Amino acid sequence: MMPSGETAMAAVLIIPAIATLLLAVISSYQAGATINVVATALTLCASSLLVAVRPAPTLYLHVDDFNIFLVVLNTFVAFTTSVFSASYIAHELSTGRLTPGYLRFYHAMYQVLMLAMNVALLANNIGLMWVAIELATLTTVLMVGIYRTPAALEAAWKYFILGSVGIALALFGTILVYLAARPTMGQGMESMAWTLLVSHAASFDPALLNLAFVFLLLGYGTKVGLAPLHAWLPDAHAEGPTPISAVLSGLLLNVALYVLLRFKILLTANAAALAPGALMIGMGLVSLIFAALMLYRRRDIKRMFAYSSIEHMGIITFAFGMGGPLASFAGLFHMTMHSLTKSAIFFAVGHVSQAKGTQKIADIRGLTESHPILGWGLVLGVIAIAGMPPFGIFMSEFLIISSTFAREPLLAIPLVLGLLIGIGALVLRMQGLAFGPASQPNTPVEASYVPLFAHLALVFAAGVFLPDALVSWFRTVATMIG
Amino acid sequence: MHGLAFDVAHLLSGSLVLISLMLLYQDRLYSLLNIFAFHAVFLAFAVAWQAFIQGAPHLYVTAAIALAFKGIVIPVSLHRMVQRLGIHRQIETVVGIGPTMLFGICLVALSIMVMLPVTEQADALTQEDLAFALSVVLLGLLMMVTRRNAVSQIVGFMSLENGLILAAAGAKGMPLVVEISIAFSVLIALIVIGIFLFRIRERFDTVDVQVLDRFRGEQP
Repeated sequence: MMPSGETAMAAVLIIPAIATLLLAVISSYQAGATINVVATALTLCASSLLVAVRPAPTLYLHVDDFNIFLVVLNTFVAFTTSVFSASYIAHELSTGRLTPGYLRFYHAMYQVLMLAMNVALLANNIGLMWVAIELATLTTVLMVGIYRTPAALEAAWKYFILGSVGIALALFGTILVYLAARPTMGQGMESMAWTLLVSHAASFDPALLNLAFVFLLLGYGTKVGLAPLHAWLPDAHAEGPTPISAVLSGLLLNVALYVLLRFKILLTANAAALAPGALMIGMGLVSLIFAALMLYRRRDIKRMFAYSSIEHMGIITFAFGMGGPLASFAGLFHMTMHSLTKSAIFFAVGHVSQAKGTQKIADIRGLTESHPILGWGLVLGVIAIAGMPPFGIFMSEFLIISSTFAREPLLAIPLVLGLLIGIGALVLRMQGLAFGPASQPNTPVEASYVPLFAHLALVFAAGVFLPDALVSWFRTVATMIG
Repeated sequence: MHGLAFDVAHLLSGSLVLISLMLLYQDRLYSLLNIFAFHAVFLAFAVAWQAFIQGAPHLYVTAAIALAFKGIVIPVSLHRMVQRLGIHRQIETVVGIGPTMLFGICLVALSIMVMLPVTEQADALTQEDLAFALSVVLLGLLMMVTRRNAVSQIVGFMSLENGLILAAAGAKGMPLVVEISIAFSVLIALIVIGIFLFRIRERFDTVDVQVLDRFRGEQP
């Protein structure tokens, strides 16, 4: 018997909640890691069911073409990351960087984070969306600081302060949206339900909506990591456990961007409100160029890829800012590809830094010689993230550039420039990391390479051939985003 | 709408802005915490008054939480912590008091100039409430920027949250979010107090964030 959409949706939310409780009481770390993997696998199954059967929207939760795609992507990457995490965390325990008590906390928090992200994606209520993003911020703050080294604490503190300021601005924006909706839709829960808001948006007060969007863009933009609000991102990525870096880059940035896009749709539905595109294009380009330049001077490998995440979030925001069916299509595609590729890179980087005992780029050399599988995996990941053919990111970047050239040739110049600067930095660093004589120490890695290569294979496959079903799906969502 | 209801609401949210400005120039941690307690108490009054004139009983809960947690529990526990850490000396401010106050006044003017024209359609009460709320939020931000001490940054953040709650309470009939946002502000406060300060203390023997800056990851 096929379960109903409601059951599947409930399962996506309840499984992480139950897993959190279980993980909080189980002290054995092996059991914890296994439960973590099983729970994320079950959540993935439940979310795939949602593709087939879709529940009716309620005032709190809903499923539509846009979020279902992100829910599946999210639960998939969460699953592969939990597999990676299991092997990564065992090593951290043996080197004494984490104690079993902290691991228990880590696993429970991992599931809370999954729950928060799934709620944020499925929420129909803009208040609930905000709460979920706040919960996700709090859990990641705790996980970033889990090593308790001075640098980790500094990173967590910075993330906490900047993240809460962002979250606060976003709440103010949310209140303003409610105020804009109240005259037409009346008081109460209806005025916060996104599906109802969007159908009434045309009659909202445009001035209030504009102001709300500025707050929302600054607030959620902090969580997306857009320059000049990105300062927390490199530190949080570099100092936290690597699985969390993978989840942050691959998922949480996407979720924050998704929430921002929901409000963009709202603004687009009101003809008199300002076009949100220009603001997003501006912030996107600044992030892209700034991050691409910053890539050159990085000494820490995780920090470098964190800047690359800022760069790619900039590209995606730029694409959605351009709008139109083609650019939005490319933006969605890029979002998917970046999520898969960047988490794959962090899987590789996690094992690399364990094998070499350092995150300093200068101390990691000749990976392809000392750890051929890992080294070549990293090389492939970097090639993919730099936007080289035949990987998926090449396709999406190509689409973004060509649609920009067709409509706004002047904007295409800084875009291409930023991309080229970024590629230069990545290729430069990769040569040192991957080739030449191997550096010491060379601890062998006992790791499962399945998550890493599964992601790379998907990115490769998407670059070579995109199934028609997926294309038409992206197209529907792109029309929706506008 | 004009009349007593309006005047009292105006007075209460206006005093919240005033106390926010007072927070800016407190240079001792104890007095900072005392003024913050005042801030929370006035927020509780303002929210309770909104509950009364809107006939929205759930807002009384919000007011009670603001009074109990932010007005009493958190200031008292921070007081104790400051005492135990022995950091009840001067706060270092990045910018001097004079410029900070001037900048704060500019922020209040800015938020009034931004909010009043935008919210013309709403009634006068909501309009002014939102302008005040935005001032409190911006002043809280200013405080977080100009302070170096972790405790005063937290106080700045909590005063910022008070501004948000004022806005949410002023938005008539806003469901759900008030209660949840308060639950979250409490959670934040607990997390911050419980984990960060103690961990920071454990590691550095100080809660001065400037000292933390030396540990930034990228120094060669």
